[in-house]
Amino acid sequence: METTAPQLFKITFDGIEIEVPPGTTIMQAARKIAEADPTKMHLAPPAMCYYEPLKGSGGKCRACLVKVSAGSAKDPRPMPKLVPSCITTVQDGMIVENTTNEAVVETRKGIVEFLLLNHPLDCPVCDQAGECHLQDFAFEHGRVQTRYEEDRRTFEKQDIGPYVQLHMTRCILCYRCVFTADQITNKRVHGVMNRGDHAEISTYIEKAIDNDFSGNVIDVCPVGALTDKTYRFKNRVWFTKPVDAHCDCEKCSGKVTLWYRGDEVIRVTARKNEWGEVKEFICNTCRFERKKTSDWTIEGPMKVARYSVIMANKYRADLKKPEFGLKVAASQYKQIDDSRPFVTDNSTIRELSKENNAKANQRSLAENN
Amino acid sequence: MPVKILTEHINVPGIDTFEVYRKMGGYTAVEKALKKMTPDEIVEEVKKSGVRGRGGAGFPMGMKWSFLAKPEGVPRYLVCNADESEPGTFKDHYLMKNNPHLLIEGMIVSSFALGANKSFIYVRGELMYVIHILERAIEEAKAAGFLGKNILGTGYDLELVVQPGGGAYICGEETALLESLEGKRGNPRNKPPFPAVKGLYQCPTVVNNVESISNTPWIVNNGGEAYAALGVGRSTGTKLISVSGHVNKPGVYEIPLGITVEDFIYADEWCGGIRPGHHLKAVVAGGSSVPILPANLILTLANGDKRLMTYESLSDGGFATGTMLGSGGFIVMDETTCIVRNTLTFARFYHHESCGQCSPCREGTGWMDKVLDRIEHGKGNMRDIDLLVDVAKKIEGNTICPLGDAAAWPIAAAIRHFRHEFEWHVTHPLEATKPGAVYRGEMELV
Repeated sequence: METTAPQLFKITFDGIEIEVPPGTTIMQAARKIAEADPTKMHLAPPAMCYYEPLKGSGGKCRACLVKVSAGSAKDPRPMPKLVPSCITTVQDGMIVENTTNEAVVETRKGIVEFLLLNHPLDCPVCDQAGECHLQDFAFEHGRVQTRYEEDRRTFEKQDIGPYVQLHMTRCILCYRCVFTADQITNKRVHGVMNRGDHAEISTYIEKAIDNDFSGNVIDVCPVGALTDKTYRFKNRVWFTKPVDAHCDCEKCSGKVTLWYRGDEVIRVTARKNEWGEVKEFICNTCRFERKKTSDWTIEGPMKVARYSVIMANKYRADLKKPEFGLKVAASQYKQIDDSRPFVTDNSTIRELSKENNAKANQRSLAENN
Repeated sequence: MPVKILTEHINVPGIDTFEVYRKMGGYTAVEKALKKMTPDEIVEEVKKSGVRGRGGAGFPMGMKWSFLAKPEGVPRYLVCNADESEPGTFKDHYLMKNNPHLLIEGMIVSSFALGANKSFIYVRGELMYVIHILERAIEEAKAAGFLGKNILGTGYDLELVVQPGGGAYICGEETALLESLEGKRGNPRNKPPFPAVKGLYQCPTVVNNVESISNTPWIVNNGGEAYAALGVGRSTGTKLISVSGHVNKPGVYEIPLGITVEDFIYADEWCGGIRPGHHLKAVVAGGSSVPILPANLILTLANGDKRLMTYESLSDGGFATGTMLGSGGFIVMDETTCIVRNTLTFARFYHHESCGQCSPCREGTGWMDKVLDRIEHGKGNMRDIDLLVDVAKKIEGNTICPLGDAAAWPIAAAIRHFRHEFEWHVTHPLEATKPGAVYRGEMELV
């Protein structure tokens, strides 16, 4: 007997055709393209709030807005507004423009600016630096200078239980931790208070999230707002060596990444995929208590798949660097003219430096006048 | 005398009691609808009437009703949006406190048409006394057999619930309202799915404004065609306009759609002109969120014709020379109004009311508020004016709900039409920061 193949929708994303099952979102389709060909990693829209394993996440940060230039084969009208790709499902014959549409790129610049508006930019002292989604997003799409001259909002640091610290000042209100808390507890103990730019993540009247899986809010946080108190200020991620390991844990899957400094395990996290997402949550015992090599069975070095500041170091060998950043750089800056003759003769150097000094003096005189 | 649909009996003493309302011909629409019509016939009449949503967007009500999904075994809900919080709009408040039975009659007829057995009126939390009035009216209607089980012996059940809001402007957005009604934080939902498919408790839901629903008894009694005969073109029927500002007679007026703006402002029947000794400078035609227009543009279109009080005429020329009818909050300003200060007041409101869910609105409204505050207090520079335009452009259309647009439009429009006042604030900070200081340079007054 023949099984009927499920009907697939054909969509065009940035000029690339792909067939996906109905119900797929634009974001998932784009990620599928990138997963098939790692050089197309940069085509996937950035996601600051969408987190695939968390039901209900997405649609809030507006970083993944894309242009749908044809709604479907049946109704090829373009959608009037930019749509969030993380929650918009595909239609057969849909044409989506992401990096190829100027309005999308321009809007994304605006979103970075908005997200950074009240962000303290304390990356030099932030534990998340190096694996921060906002850092990557700003690196790719941000402007060099801020246009914001006013005071930024600030909050006091807050402890959520013995292991997690909330640094609300850094929060971009993606709601990921709220969805995580909803998923791991059956009570609404963790949510958002207040409104607008004074909204804050909070636990119900300073009540800690009392749950074996509460540590996972650290992993889902895209920025350094929720940090691991056992790891705070211990090290920079790019100095650590991530190693995949597992153990027999009765509460969770036991599949983790150990972060080494020398021979010492200084941090344990869940395993993140190339999109920075954790598929299998780990328990607090694995995360905060098992910090000895003898607790674990080592599998081997972690493959840093996500394009991020962290892979700019030694782990990039087998990966191609996305071309997008370079392309932008090439279009914005002139290449340095390095065609001058290579001079080693001392007297010629002296002559040349005299000439250069004279030129520089003339320039400064002209500027002063 | 123009036809009055909503405010005909509003000045009758005791109209808020069941007896007087019934004596004035009230609840006949319920009798007619439940006994002589089928739900589909009512929907058809509403469609024929061409009545458009009175909450601000102006979406045809009949079409909204026909989009309602009707899956088997799933309850449907009707929710009345009485969370009127837009600065400048106070028509629903006026209607509900004076004639609560009109809304209740409309709710019964509409619920029957949509097949809802439980309907909600979500009232702005600040209007606690209106909630008491509505609840008393519901008790009276129940006692008379117009609400509850087996209404008028027709076998139709309807429970009507009045729910006070928590005091957030954002809960006037339909999906935020539904979230709030479900007992959650009032954050707007992403659309699609629209409430007509997945609304309250994930069931098909229609959300309508108080004024829209209050029109239904008249449509049932007189037919959709009679309603469509009023008004001009696709702007049918009458509209409540709440007038505030520098006119002789501020208040709530029911106008037939299609009169000229000039008539509306200057005729004795309506606003009665600008207060003595002053001149018209600008008008915000549909509540704080629509673009402000200077005097010459509000009275005439770009082509020189007179502008009418209709959805189409007010939005003629797009945002370059037009505005919107919106929710009918008509704010009139004379030459003593400082547009910069006025814009700052609006911006502060949207900053305060942004729910903080999506980033452009959360951060952008605060930013615009702060920059405007700086300009108003003589600390701005020319760059800030362009910055405001750019920020407004980055917010517009990129947010989950229309609050972002509502925050961006008035600021962009104020700069579009009154840029010289912003520049004056930058170049003359000492003059501009004096108490009550207003730009006295060239102004096109009428």
